Amino acid sequence: MNIRLYVLQRATAAIMAPLVLAHIVIIFYATSRGLSAAEILGRTKGSIGWGLFYGLFVLAAATHGAIGLRAIASEWTPLRGHALDALMWGFGVALAALGLRAVSAVVL
Amino acid sequence: MADMIEVLLWRGKEDGRYQTFQVPQRENQTVLDVVSWVQRNADPTLSYRFACRVGVCGSCAMTVNGRPRWTCRTHTSRVVENGRLKIGPLANLPVIKDLAADLQPFFEKWQQAKGVFAPSKTRADPVETISPASAPRIAADAAIECINCAVCFAACDTVRWNEDYLGPAALNRAWTLVNDVRDAGNRERLAAVAADGGCHACHSHQSCQEHCPNKLNPTASIAGLKRRTMQAYIRGEL
Repeated sequence: MNIRLYVLQRATAAIMAPLVLAHIVIIFYATSRGLSAAEILGRTKGSIGWGLFYGLFVLAAATHGAIGLRAIASEWTPLRGHALDALMWGFGVALAALGLRAVSAVVL
Repeated sequence: MADMIEVLLWRGKEDGRYQTFQVPQRENQTVLDVVSWVQRNADPTLSYRFACRVGVCGSCAMTVNGRPRWTCRTHTSRVVENGRLKIGPLANLPVIKDLAADLQPFFEKWQQAKGVFAPSKTRADPVETISPASAPRIAADAAIECINCAVCFAACDTVRWNEDYLGPAALNRAWTLVNDVRDAGNRERLAAVAADGGCHACHSHQSCQEHCPNKLNPTASIAGLKRRTMQAYIRGEL
């Protein structure tokens, strides 16, 4: 891992720390109140706030996870150089696409 | 004290095997004494490396009962288990023969980490006064007593997993020079240790400081490099 990836991974971790806590609180809130899927969607549809919250969460998680996967692959597989970067980008873009698709489904 | 120690010594290269010898146990006997006894009394073809025998030169490190150690300052009374000593070459390095590991990769990484002093003055300049109480000198002094024995390199999980990793000793050396105010090579040095395989590959397992015979803490030095490179990166110097 080089300094650029190191800084990016620490920065995304710092972004995710409060988001994870808020996400857990939201899960407890939704389940303890017994909110139905329709009620949840009623609150999230068209909400810029929820879109930004989970959009940021998805991008931070995709970046953080992809860099972490690159570090693991560099130690546990023979992959080196461009192959490692291709794995990181492929995984990160796929994760971001899947996550943003899910966010768009509950917000748009 | 038992009369004899059962000593298993690695013979050959990577594809070698352990050979068993019976060695008389003595008081104040070191692991290096045991190896030397075998070479002088049982098998003169045994290959191993040592020089000073007093813990200064860093030549005699081997794997003793699974742990990398400096053999000249390790008493058998501390490490014999059930009357047995299993001694092999250092891990994470190619084996030349028997107990002699090839330290070339270790020293090449020392060079890659820019572990060489880069002078900022000529011999015509006056000698710079360095206060031993200054913060950079205190940081450098804490890490300076490395004897290049490669025990930390052999103990490090990241070295085993990542062939590009510079390793604890080279990074510890880089940290001493980063804190040497007379040195002029820090831009290149910080770039070298901030690249792939540099200080950011360290997982802080702390095996280096656990095994260092001189009680140094390369993990702390590497953490210092992580901080220093981060500052340089944010300032746009990397």
